[in-house]
Amino acid sequence: MAADNSSQAASAPSAAPAAPSGRPRAGVRFAGRDLGCVRGDRAIFAGLDFDLPAGGALVLSGPNGSGKSSLLRVLASLLPPAAGQLLWDGADVARDPEAHRARLHYQGHHEALKPELTAAENLGFWAGLQDKSAGAVARALARFGLADLADQPVRLLSAGQRRRLSLSRILAAPAPLWLLDEPSVGLDARSVRTLEAEIEAHRAAGGLVVLATHQPLDLADPRALSVDDFPPAPVTADDDPWAGALW
Amino acid sequence: MPKTAPETAAAGGDPGPGLILGFARVVARDLRLALRQRGDALLAVLFFVLTAMLFPFGIGQEPNLLQRIAPGVVWVTALLAVLLSLERLFLRDYEDGSLELMALSPVPLPVIVLAKVTAHWLTTGLPLLAAAPIIALMYGLPAAGYGILLAAMALGTPTLSLIGAVGAALTLGARRGGVLIPLLVLPLYIPVLIFGVSAVDAQMAGLSARPQLLLMGAGLLAAVALAPWAAAGALRQAVE
Repeated sequence: MAADNSSQAASAPSAAPAAPSGRPRAGVRFAGRDLGCVRGDRAIFAGLDFDLPAGGALVLSGPNGSGKSSLLRVLASLLPPAAGQLLWDGADVARDPEAHRARLHYQGHHEALKPELTAAENLGFWAGLQDKSAGAVARALARFGLADLADQPVRLLSAGQRRRLSLSRILAAPAPLWLLDEPSVGLDARSVRTLEAEIEAHRAAGGLVVLATHQPLDLADPRALSVDDFPPAPVTADDDPWAGALW
Repeated sequence: MPKTAPETAAAGGDPGPGLILGFARVVARDLRLALRQRGDALLAVLFFVLTAMLFPFGIGQEPNLLQRIAPGVVWVTALLAVLLSLERLFLRDYEDGSLELMALSPVPLPVIVLAKVTAHWLTTGLPLLAAAPIIALMYGLPAAGYGILLAAMALGTPTLSLIGAVGAALTLGARRGGVLIPLLVLPLYIPVLIFGVSAVDAQMAGLSARPQLLLMGAGLLAAVALAPWAAAGALRQAVE
């Protein structure tokens, strides 16, 4: 299985010349060991393990509030894990967080768009912060059918167009790891198909995707992970020095 | 396996646009945003000029008195104007998710903070600096005081922006954060106020203003060295 994946990824760079730089080396793995997460004073999940090879897609499932978004924020290094560690190619991510940030795209619930700037300016800024050249903006806009709106201020765009613009950010600069939180929310059917095609192209070039979604996406051979399967151990009075004090 | 240049860049190398280019791009974006919505930046200058204009109505128009209080009025109103503008430094980026993405970009967060503070100073501190001679003229400040007033403000207002950034970052996510900023920041502003006013006073009393200006320069250097890291730490907490 692993050998299969690496051979597929090794042949990929020639197959996908459109976005050549920033692709991971073949055989790169992203893994989590015994991850735990605490928000406020509530444990969300504990003992979570996953392992994602190059070209892999990990689809997070679970009911609302089960911790999918929190897990994605942990994977993005926005939120430090309460326990466990993240490994990129066997190396602990916590030891070099800046290298980890440089290799990922995170798409959260926020759109991070400025209404006063045009679509191209918004996209160009984020691409420029991620990459030296910031050259792929026009292609990214065209992919999501926004080429005609490039010079429109974002405040004039519809909610769906803003959503598409926000998503096209991940195409404007290359990064090997995509972390997508409900990427298909608010998209029309055509844009969902574009999204699926882009994810598949990213994987074919050896990229990794972790996404949380309630709407099933048509991806080849995704790995499923239900965050609900890793409930935190119930807090007992012995474990928690504050439990007695609170009552 | 063929090793192409992009692959080695992904494995190590230097990802991202680099410090200087990243800094320049954030400054350019914030300046462009400020230009597109001029009201925000004008508000601080307008507040500065209007407040300073009110004092003569309140305390009378005796020329000697006005001349004596001129440096103090300019500094206090400039300080309040900066305070007024601090909340918008990070709040909008925090609310629309931009701050999250900045925290995840390969450009180090302290560099981004420094860029945002630079843009804040260019849109707030610099207009105040430009408006200060008008206030000084209204109060009849002697000609000898102008140069020192502007020099002191050129050293002091960036310090105000830098210290203010720490306060603005710390109060993100707090309810009524805008009310908390003055409480956090004002005590740290007082040294800038004292030396800023006493530099002009010393000059007009025929003494050298050099010690005050040197101290203000030292304060600015300390703020440049410390504030971006402190604010970046606070921002990381805010986006957690």
